[in-house]
Amino acid sequence: MSTTFTVSAALAWRNLWRNHRRTLIMLSAVSVGSWAMIFLTALTQGMVTDMVRQGLAVLPGHAQAHHPAFRDDPNIVNLLPLADSELESRLARGDFAAWSTRINVPAFVASERETRGVTLLGIDPERERDFTFVDLETVEGRFLEAVDDSGVVIGRKLAETLETRVGKRIVVMSQSPDNEVADRGFRIVGVFRAELPSQEENYIFVGKAVVQKLLGVPDRVTEAVVFGTDFRKPQPALDRLDSLVSADGVTAQSWKDLDVYLSTTLAAMDGFVLVWVIVIFLALSFGLVNTLLMAVFERVREIGVMLALGVKPAAILLQIVLESMLLLGIGLLIGNLLAFASVQLISDGIDISMVADGMEMMGATSRLVPDLRMQDVVLANGVVLVLGFFASLSPAWRASRYEPVEAITTVQ
Amino acid sequence: MTAVRCIDLCKTYRQGGEDIKALDHVSIDIESADIVCLSAPSGGGKTTLLNSIGGLDRPDSGEIYIAGERVDTLSKSGLAELRLNHIGFVFQAYNLIPVLTASENIEFVMQVQGRSRDERREKSEEILEEVGLAGMGDRRPAEMSGGQQQRVAVARAIVSQPTLVLADEPTANLDSKTSDELMELFIRLNETHGSTFVIATHDQRVMNYARRLVKMLDGRIVDDIDQRAA
Repeated sequence: MSTTFTVSAALAWRNLWRNHRRTLIMLSAVSVGSWAMIFLTALTQGMVTDMVRQGLAVLPGHAQAHHPAFRDDPNIVNLLPLADSELESRLARGDFAAWSTRINVPAFVASERETRGVTLLGIDPERERDFTFVDLETVEGRFLEAVDDSGVVIGRKLAETLETRVGKRIVVMSQSPDNEVADRGFRIVGVFRAELPSQEENYIFVGKAVVQKLLGVPDRVTEAVVFGTDFRKPQPALDRLDSLVSADGVTAQSWKDLDVYLSTTLAAMDGFVLVWVIVIFLALSFGLVNTLLMAVFERVREIGVMLALGVKPAAILLQIVLESMLLLGIGLLIGNLLAFASVQLISDGIDISMVADGMEMMGATSRLVPDLRMQDVVLANGVVLVLGFFASLSPAWRASRYEPVEAITTVQ
Repeated sequence: MTAVRCIDLCKTYRQGGEDIKALDHVSIDIESADIVCLSAPSGGGKTTLLNSIGGLDRPDSGEIYIAGERVDTLSKSGLAELRLNHIGFVFQAYNLIPVLTASENIEFVMQVQGRSRDERREKSEEILEEVGLAGMGDRRPAEMSGGQQQRVAVARAIVSQPTLVLADEPTANLDSKTSDELMELFIRLNETHGSTFVIATHDQRVMNYARRLVKMLDGRIVDDIDQRAA
């Protein structure tokens, strides 16, 4: 078998360069096709990664723990059945990339001119600085400084809606566990800008201890949020969180369960990449099969001679398939190098602010940074090689079925 | 010793709605190390007989033995093995593999047989010298004359010491001087290597070199002449 392979590989290589022009044209097609597969996939993945990262960074994290009823009724009644101090000491042992505990409840916010429904977040600014606030940029004033910071930070859009600004006071009104109205005036200490307008409109941040006092729930929170190392693989962080809190009747869920839209988008993206790669390959396959058929038809007599000399049909089949694999292999190599170079060239991202409104609606930002993932590269190369193998079987099979006595007398 | 034995071979082709008998109850024995010419006008059956002996074509009926082994019943793969290890072919149109050099063409069969690179190289150089092409091993077929290409084809056919060398109109594309040189080469190789040569031709000069001349007409053997006696 090794002899057959050596002979077939040598002949396949020589035959590949027999018609330079045709081979170069086909190589160009495979290279451009594989470049397009990988580069455009990297851009699309970059957009989706950005969208998911934006979606996760500000609130969901990679996994969260809640009271079992909290998701259906995100109310202060559904507090975690653990003291915040106990929860914090457990999370500190969890070896998470980052973690925090919060109060997350619906509230009204009123200025002297407008009233709006928002989500009130009582946070530990020290803890959340490493993730939540990484993506929130202060445009005016400052962020919260401690759990007992008495100020409030609101989004730019909300400030516009309420027609208020830093230094002015607003009233925040929510509900205590006893169903009593809990309200208080806060001075706006900062206005943040977020990549997503919805974040600017919907969230207000207050120190956790201040909210606990406002709602009458000392040392209690509604959620714990943790970060692992890779948002695409939240399971390890989820498992650790679950092991820390599940015994107390607390439900731990990954962001994929918490934000079905984002997780579905991510899953759909993986499916889209496969479809995209296959569509490009189908376009390429016409050229590939045509090239191989022409190569076979040009060599009918030669193939007949080889069969007459005692070369087995399987070796002829192997030779044509190897010719196809070499063609695809070289094309893929060039295409991969081009794609890596292209991604490198725009590794800082490209400004797509001209279409950013549309992107923001999808939850992505106006800077598109390509996300070249090895599994997408492997998928693109694998699909081309595997489908290329099957596409080349037809001409290869045809060549191996020639009757030597007829093939030798073919006029070419 | 009998190199080839054909018993009652029949082969009919259908062409233009008519049945054409290419082989009509042909029986022939060919001794080892002989040089036999099959002579016939076009359509006389010589190429069909040659192809049947070489395992490139199957007779409709009859039996073929090569070195005592029945071969007409072999599978496709078995016939490929037979051709690879026991039969050398020389074709009218040389039929060298254009992407290989002269040396590589000569080594091709040995390579498929799985022989070592050193052995292939050594034998290829020897045979190139024997056929008068020493120093031309690196040339590709397109860089050689018709006569030189046919010499390479002969070298390819003989280099692995086959039991039988079958040549179909080997001089048809050569001028008379080159044809004579080729036939002298056949005689020399037959003497040095002891291979049996069966040559299908309608070239009278080629027939003159044969030790035995078998004449065919309409798929039948009509004359069988031992030319050594002449």
